[in-house]
Amino acid sequence: MLEILSGVVGEGVSQSYLLEARQMQALSLGVHIPLVCFGIAFPAMVLFMEGLWLRTGDETYRALAKRWSKVMLILFAVGVVTGTILSFELGLLWPRFMEQWGEVFGFAFALEGFSFFLEAIFIAIYVYGWDRLSPRAHLLSGLPIVLAGIAGATFVIAVNGWMNNPTGFDLTAAGEVTNVRPVAALFNDHLWHEVVHMYLAGFLVAGFLVAGVYAFAWLRGRRDRYHRAGLIVPLAIVALAAPAQIVIGDWAARTVAENQPTKLAAMEGLEETTEGAALTIGGIYVDGETYGGVDVPKLLSLLAFHDPDAEVQGLDAVAADDRPPVAWVRNSFQVMVGIGTLLAALGAWFLWSRWRRGSLPSSPWFYRAVVAAGPLALTALIAGWIVTEVGRQPWIVYELMRTEEAVTGADGIPIGYATLVVVYASLIALVLFLLRRLARQGQDSVKAVP
Amino acid sequence: MLPELTVAVLGIGLTAYAVLGGADFGAGFWDLTAGGAKRGARVRGMVKRSMGPVWEANHVWLIFVLVILWTCFPHAFGPLMETLYVPLFLAAVGIILRGAAFALRGEAATIAEARALGATFALSSVLVPFFLGATVGAVASGQVTLDQTAGAISSWTNATSIFSGVLAVATGAYIAAVFLAADSARSGFDDLAEAFRRRALGAAAVAGALAIGGLAVVSSDAPELYDGLTSGAGLAMVSLSALAGLVTVALIWKRSFGPARLGAAVAVGSILAGLALAVQPDFFPGQLTFAAAAAGDATLAATLISVAIGLLILLPSLALLFRLFLRGRLDQPLEPIGTSRSEAES
Repeated sequence: MLEILSGVVGEGVSQSYLLEARQMQALSLGVHIPLVCFGIAFPAMVLFMEGLWLRTGDETYRALAKRWSKVMLILFAVGVVTGTILSFELGLLWPRFMEQWGEVFGFAFALEGFSFFLEAIFIAIYVYGWDRLSPRAHLLSGLPIVLAGIAGATFVIAVNGWMNNPTGFDLTAAGEVTNVRPVAALFNDHLWHEVVHMYLAGFLVAGFLVAGVYAFAWLRGRRDRYHRAGLIVPLAIVALAAPAQIVIGDWAARTVAENQPTKLAAMEGLEETTEGAALTIGGIYVDGETYGGVDVPKLLSLLAFHDPDAEVQGLDAVAADDRPPVAWVRNSFQVMVGIGTLLAALGAWFLWSRWRRGSLPSSPWFYRAVVAAGPLALTALIAGWIVTEVGRQPWIVYELMRTEEAVTGADGIPIGYATLVVVYASLIALVLFLLRRLARQGQDSVKAVP
Repeated sequence: MLPELTVAVLGIGLTAYAVLGGADFGAGFWDLTAGGAKRGARVRGMVKRSMGPVWEANHVWLIFVLVILWTCFPHAFGPLMETLYVPLFLAAVGIILRGAAFALRGEAATIAEARALGATFALSSVLVPFFLGATVGAVASGQVTLDQTAGAISSWTNATSIFSGVLAVATGAYIAAVFLAADSARSGFDDLAEAFRRRALGAAAVAGALAIGGLAVVSSDAPELYDGLTSGAGLAMVSLSALAGLVTVALIWKRSFGPARLGAAVAVGSILAGLALAVQPDFFPGQLTFAAAAAGDATLAATLISVAIGLLILLPSLALLFRLFLRGRLDQPLEPIGTSRSEAES
């Protein structure tokens, strides 16, 4: 038996499976990141609802807060385990990255560990404490969840920021890491825009997905106070977050233009270094050509450097094998920006209607759009991470370590990858199935706890 | 000095995970072995009621251990993951299945759904501690080498590793039975307290026998580890573990479940401390010392300071959670699992 197993996974180190390892990591992140959105945004939404109940005494708000907190706990639990897998994968897939650089960026993860602890502790107290703690103590027990969610996401993103903008150490002539400054590594230049961008994205994804549930019920004619409140609260949040995200996106793009010009060139599909570069809106990039986009003269220079004649570095500035896969980066960037713009427009429709008519829009198209907006926001989120992460390639530590130098030599990667695909596909199907059933239940069936 | 201090922090984290996380895995073991749907319904219900509020916080100790490991001992983390990737990956998959099945089981509407999720939860609760235990055994018995010549399978299928895996399952079951007996007694479920008391005594006998038999296995499979465990500080810890185990059995016998919780924790924690003391000052016996595995002093100092500050927030929070839990403030009604509601109530 063991001999057969050995034959399958191989003994010793022979070749590496870079592409499979990258896809495996991408799959695991793709499953985890939507859950992070709920970790960031859902506690604040639940507490807001509970606060409404405490202020007004209206049981509708309480029922919603309780129902949402139940979903919050399930999604947190799944996030706990998918997050654990990521910790394992960092070592299992990229052992040489961890070995060489762990001492530089690891400090942020140590802090994240504590945030995660607090989140797990207080989410349990909050969800299991319904009807058992005094209303005030219960509301208070929710606050650390919100704070730990923000802190945890910040520390994890600090590591991603560091991979894109490695600082906080020196290199000896032999290439050894020395004079490590963990705090400086934590507060790298890419931390802040990535954190704020992701934080708003968390609210957009969670907000639109939750609103979509009630918009769907609305279209089915369920328009009682319960569904109305469940629709308006998340919509109000996303209507404010969506336009803010556009401003933050501009900040992010300018930082990338400055620190990672090759990534920016890939995002825009800009082949040659150009002064007064045009921005191509829309279109599809295939094999070095953009088809079907609209060119706006000088706009790229204006957006990236706030100067219409600024020089924007093209892909030709670096060797071909130092460029990321341009089509992935460029097309994903277009998808993210396009969807972001649509979401902002949808938020504006909601605000306009509230302001002018004091009510929700009457057109069924509004509700259909809100139902579609959840999956679209999720798509934009994933597309955004593809821009950041695929745009970083071929580097795992920007311009210091190539991804191919970091990958494990283990032979079992394809088997591991296939296993994970099956496990995650089953998990996603199961979670969606059960959440759908939960969403179909109305106010009456809100029970105590999980 | 700093590397040794950091190893101690790592050891505390690992012990907390072995005790608290181990108890959650062990609870899954009792779920798995609870018998038919009708007979096991109350045991399964109690497992769920007892684990629900605390398992996520208990699980975070594993994250804590991983993070300290790669931040403070990066030169050990790389070879460790590259050598023992098979058991570690299998443990990771088991962790997904177990956590997700446990969290989602509460939403199961039909008996068939609850059974499928329950079986997934229970089975993976046995596999995860086995693979993690085997990993610890492989490290302690010197299977990890820096030149990456160790086999992907042979590195963790030596007798010591397999024995460690089995011991991890058994000790988890033992701690879980003690904790579940204490929770049942606290909640006034006398039948369940008795049921778990019997299980705790049985598991204590099995774990004790395994530990003694295991020493024989280790003496032939990993003589250097055996020497470490039977002399000096290693021997002191092994003796402490045996003593704590015996005291705990006496406490369980007398139905003094509260103090038994502590005794069981000491019995398990001192085994891990004994392993660490047996191989010190090496991280990988004969291959890599603590000092050589460690990150630079700046990183160790920053991590230790942040751990100290973090504990100032974490410990009161954990104390609050466990106090609320132990006083029954987070208790839910006991819902037997595996039978339909009406059946259970009749």
